[in-house]
Amino acid sequence: MERSRPSPPWFAQTVTALTFLLLYIPLVVLVIYSFVSIDPANGQALFSLEWYKQALQDDELRRALNMSLWVGLWSTLGASIIGTATAWALDRFSFPGKQWLDALTLVPLVIPEIVMALSLLIWFVLLKFSLGSISIILAHITFSFSYVVITVRTRLADFDHSLEEAAFDLGATPIQTFGRVSFPLIWPGILSGALMAFTLSFDDFLITFFTAGVGSDTLPIKLYSMIKYGISPKINALSTLILLATIIMVIFAFRPKKSSQSQTEKLKAIG
Amino acid sequence: MVFRMLRLLGLRKSFGTMEAVKGADLEIQEGEFFSILGPSGCGKTTLLRLLGGFEKPSSGQILLDGRRIDQLPPHQRQCNTVFQRYALFPHLNVWKNVAFGLQMKAIKGQALKTRVDEALDLVQMQSFADRNITTLSGGQQQRVALARALINRPKVLLLDEPLSALDLKLRQQMKIELLNLQRKLKQTFIFVTHDQEEALTVSDRIAVMNEGVVEQVGTAQEIYEYPRTNFVSQFIGSINCLEARVNTFTNDSIAISSDFKRNFSVRAPRDGLRPLPQVQEGMKVRLMIRPEKFKILKSAPTLDQNHIEASIKEVMYKGPSTQFLLQAKESPETSFSVSQSNSALTAKKTFGIGDRVFIAWAPEDCILMGSENALPVHESSPALELQVG
Repeated sequence: MERSRPSPPWFAQTVTALTFLLLYIPLVVLVIYSFVSIDPANGQALFSLEWYKQALQDDELRRALNMSLWVGLWSTLGASIIGTATAWALDRFSFPGKQWLDALTLVPLVIPEIVMALSLLIWFVLLKFSLGSISIILAHITFSFSYVVITVRTRLADFDHSLEEAAFDLGATPIQTFGRVSFPLIWPGILSGALMAFTLSFDDFLITFFTAGVGSDTLPIKLYSMIKYGISPKINALSTLILLATIIMVIFAFRPKKSSQSQTEKLKAIG
Repeated sequence: MVFRMLRLLGLRKSFGTMEAVKGADLEIQEGEFFSILGPSGCGKTTLLRLLGGFEKPSSGQILLDGRRIDQLPPHQRQCNTVFQRYALFPHLNVWKNVAFGLQMKAIKGQALKTRVDEALDLVQMQSFADRNITTLSGGQQQRVALARALINRPKVLLLDEPLSALDLKLRQQMKIELLNLQRKLKQTFIFVTHDQEEALTVSDRIAVMNEGVVEQVGTAQEIYEYPRTNFVSQFIGSINCLEARVNTFTNDSIAISSDFKRNFSVRAPRDGLRPLPQVQEGMKVRLMIRPEKFKILKSAPTLDQNHIEASIKEVMYKGPSTQFLLQAKESPETSFSVSQSNSALTAKKTFGIGDRVFIAWAPEDCILMGSENALPVHESSPALELQVG
């Protein structure tokens, strides 16, 4: 079925290989380091889970991880609700200033992060809003909801409006139609926007740094303050765990799509 | 008297300055297979959407069983729709798609199961109950859409070009299935289509629409044999036109003259479908004849038949029939399209390009029209009352 294609020229292959090496070698090194400890008796490198033990037992790291998850969870929830509502409004209604709103929702994507961080800080200070986990959550919502707007709008653009008409036609009230038809169909868009929002929140440094108060360090901030006193292998272990969690999340996020595809393939095989 | 179930009174719909439906008056009877036929953009889909409740009329009324429904939202109407692209819910399987309408009425448990299974049985899709919608073929999706729309036992089933997404072979088959289903359920079907052949074969009655106006309502035969407007005559099948003038007329025949030396005579057919129009001497008329009403002869026919001497310009074999293009001898700029069925006798290539022949037709097979629309007929005619409906 597939047309056989020539292999790419050797220099393209080389450049590609080098690029990928450059991208992934640091990651590989980090993972290897997380499993290596030096035997104090003879100075030999050993495989050990020592750093994992230490990382998980470190109260400060645990607190920072909890804070990151807490902030990530609430900012994702906030961004998903606001983002979905905005996308819905932009797709379904026509109102004065719509073009402006459309453009404004995309501004956080292009605005320099440092400007955003500074302006948020000034704003919180002006409002005499105490800096802490709430201010971080609010700050994260402001930049991550744009991503939800984009993913949900993409989904809405493909949405066949006759499906809603069909639901009405079959006796569903507008609320039932939303719950039974519209929402389940845009849900994948909300989910991928939410995943993106969570990832962005989880590894944001700059904005968090500006809007965090005393005792509300998230993981990136904690790690940064730790490496000021030298890189502990604990950090490698923790990073490897986060990497693993991310990979699992990505696999989970893409699974439902794959299974429906294989069903179609099965049908094609049957004829 | 037949029960008139659905009535449309002066129904209009405009979108901005564009008037999509310009005053439709229709009466649809209970259990009727009623088609709305017209070219794309004629307003037929808008009319159906007005019935379904997806659009509100600009003015006019819709009455179902004598009750006004034009202001009700779709979920409060006893009409269900089969959408053009089926609009099946992609996140639900076949069974759940069909069950949707009943679940909205809070029907649960055994009653739900029995009725969904019944509906799937009706369209022979019971073995596909657990299948995902996206794995179904077009014809199967069509059946599921039918079952889903019929499960609420609507008073009127609206079908929006339901066959247009299918390929030719499947379309033929689904057409028959649709017709059988309607006869079995004795339910009112309103079927919107741009395909004249589809409409002619399945419908009890047809409304032909053009540019937002219902041009004619009648049975397939009435519409084909007695088109009341130029548009209807051209849109349904094909027709030959001849500009002419009334020469003399009596009670049962009209003699008309044209570019040809001979006068042609026009008489009303015995079925009463097409009474003779009221004419005056010297009046300009248009003589119309369907291609299959002609006979091609080697020599001039007996005197009381209309005939023209012509030569064959083109022969097109079409399987069941052969189409001939002829040029009149007396008036070379007039050409005629003639269709002859390929029976065993004529299957052999009887006539070829360049042959000089006579084309003849009966006075009863002439349709006489004014320059735009049908001429008025004598009021005693029973056929006309049906048309005005």
